[in-house]
Amino acid sequence: MKISLSVNGTQHSLEIEPRVTLLDALRDRLKLTGSKKGCDHGQCGACTVMVNGRRVNSCLSLAVMHEDDEITTIEGIGTPDELARLQQNFVECDGYQCGYCTPGQIVSAKAAIEEAKAGWPSYVSPTLADMGELDDEEIAERMSGNLCRCSAYPGIRQAIAKTAKEDA
Amino acid sequence: MRPFDYTRATDLEDAAHHLSSGSTVIAGGTNLLDLMKIQVMTPDHLVDITRLPGLSDIEDTGSGLRIGTLVTNSDLAGDTRVRNGYPVLARALLAGASGQLRNKATTGGNFLQRTRCPYFYDTAMPCNKREPNSGCSAQGGDARMCAILGTSPECIAAHPSDMAVAMRALDAQVEVRGADGETRMMALDDLYHLPGDRPDREYALDKGEIIIAAHLPAPSPNTRQTYRKVRDRASYAFALVSVAAVIEMGEDGKIANAALAFGGIGTRPWRDPEVEKELIGSEPSNELFAKAADVLLRDAWLEESNAFKAPLAKRTLISALRDVTGLSGQDHYDMGDAA
Ligand SMILES: Cc1cc2nc3c(=O)[nH]c(=O)nc-3n(C[C@H](O)[C@H](O)[C@H](O)COP(=O)(O)OP(=O)(O)OC[C@H]3O[C@@H](n4cnc5c(N)ncnc54)[C@H](O)[C@@H]3O)c2cc1C
Ligand code: FES
Ligand code: FES
Repeated sequence: MKISLSVNGTQHSLEIEPRVTLLDALRDRLKLTGSKKGCDHGQCGACTVMVNGRRVNSCLSLAVMHEDDEITTIEGIGTPDELARLQQNFVECDGYQCGYCTPGQIVSAKAAIEEAKAGWPSYVSPTLADMGELDDEEIAERMSGNLCRCSAYPGIRQAIAKTAKEDA
Repeated sequence: MRPFDYTRATDLEDAAHHLSSGSTVIAGGTNLLDLMKIQVMTPDHLVDITRLPGLSDIEDTGSGLRIGTLVTNSDLAGDTRVRNGYPVLARALLAGASGQLRNKATTGGNFLQRTRCPYFYDTAMPCNKREPNSGCSAQGGDARMCAILGTSPECIAAHPSDMAVAMRALDAQVEVRGADGETRMMALDDLYHLPGDRPDREYALDKGEIIIAAHLPAPSPNTRQTYRKVRDRASYAFALVSVAAVIEMGEDGKIANAALAFGGIGTRPWRDPEVEKELIGSEPSNELFAKAADVLLRDAWLEESNAFKAPLAKRTLISALRDVTGLSGQDHYDMGDAA
């Protein structure tokens, strides 16, 4: 099938089979290899991208289903020369070790901060009316869809807390 | 994944046409694609309903909410009407999956997600649900994620949804559109078949039928609601046991009304009127709650690897009821007594 995908503000034309996942289209066809394949089954979050501003697992979606959507990958968040604040904070807080989960963590964290700003409660929020502070427990729960094999979790949570504070 | 044809439906008529000729619906795709990758599901043709207009809204009907089938789990959990009027549902949704998955998972897809029995996933092993008459590997095998209520000699697979458990406690109905364009309403309970001798027949949908919405009755402002989920890790795991409790207390301090539904232990989102009868009209007490749990578990089928679910369900139910009736603020209770 012939489709067009809008990724990080650039329109791409692609000829692909319907069974190609969004993750494989990004990595193998568009050579945007920042998004990683950890499990390919929605269980690890390494493939996290944003679709129209919402974080999703790109391994559990078909590329052909995303025409007219705006897709944001880690490449659209910052570059090595111009890191986003969140990326800078991952560096400063030691939010990674091997780095494999990091692109997914950062894209997911960016969306999670927005979700909290929009007032979405989480499973650990004391009341559903108001989530209160984005504390360690809230961050851990909101980021539970991103696993880190190196267990860099404390640094990841710190980097997110720091960014949320700077944002506020 | 095996190759398949893909069509983006232009309207419901078009979707129904494709379904009648054997296509499979894809919505969020988070369950279907997962199963297609391991060839547990091998559809030849997918019809994508995600661009259909009018299926993504939550409307106030005057007598409750109508939730379009494409409303995502995160939009539903975030909706202020749901957070205020149906907190048990918001909590159940937030207890499910992850932030990423909830952004894709749809209401209809969540109802119709398939079991998490490990043998259903393993095409090298017998499974009556996946392949009729091949046998049930979970019995005598690893049944940790399997059901103890509503089981049959052919199948003990549990329904894995959190959302559907809360919807059961809230008396939700499902709006279904047939191939002929007619719509019908059914109680959520009627959507799910018990496994019996045909565990492969899971849902009461005819060929060409599509779920278009879920309906919730008007919220009862006097109810207290809670969703309690117990799982192998603190987040991002399916329920071993979950309890959705919707309780109304009378002015006399007695339980005036009770609706209880259970996840992780039933072959479908589980509700048992006998348990509710046990509670209604009585004053809350630990003994009463323990008795209600015994009623719930009276016909439980326990495998060696999931026998722990009986005491766990009992304790979880007692704990949820203590919270929701206010008992937990009044006395201390040692869960060890409930074994
Ligand atoms: C790692 C992981 C963890 C998870 N954890 C949890 C959890 O803790 N709790 C929980 O409840 N769920 C959990 N889930 C499951 C998740 O909630 C479901 O995958 C999701 O709700 C399915 O919705 P979907 O829209 O993606 O469905 P799809 O995958 O698109 O569809 C599922 C099925 O429903 C059919 N279908 C979809 N819409 C319709 C319709 N309108 N009419 C007729 N048929 C339709 C499809 O044909 C398919 O057979 C988890 C999933 C993953 C991958
Ligand atoms: S690769 Fe998508 S969740 Fe693991
Ligand atoms: S840094 Fe190695 S997996 Fe997270």
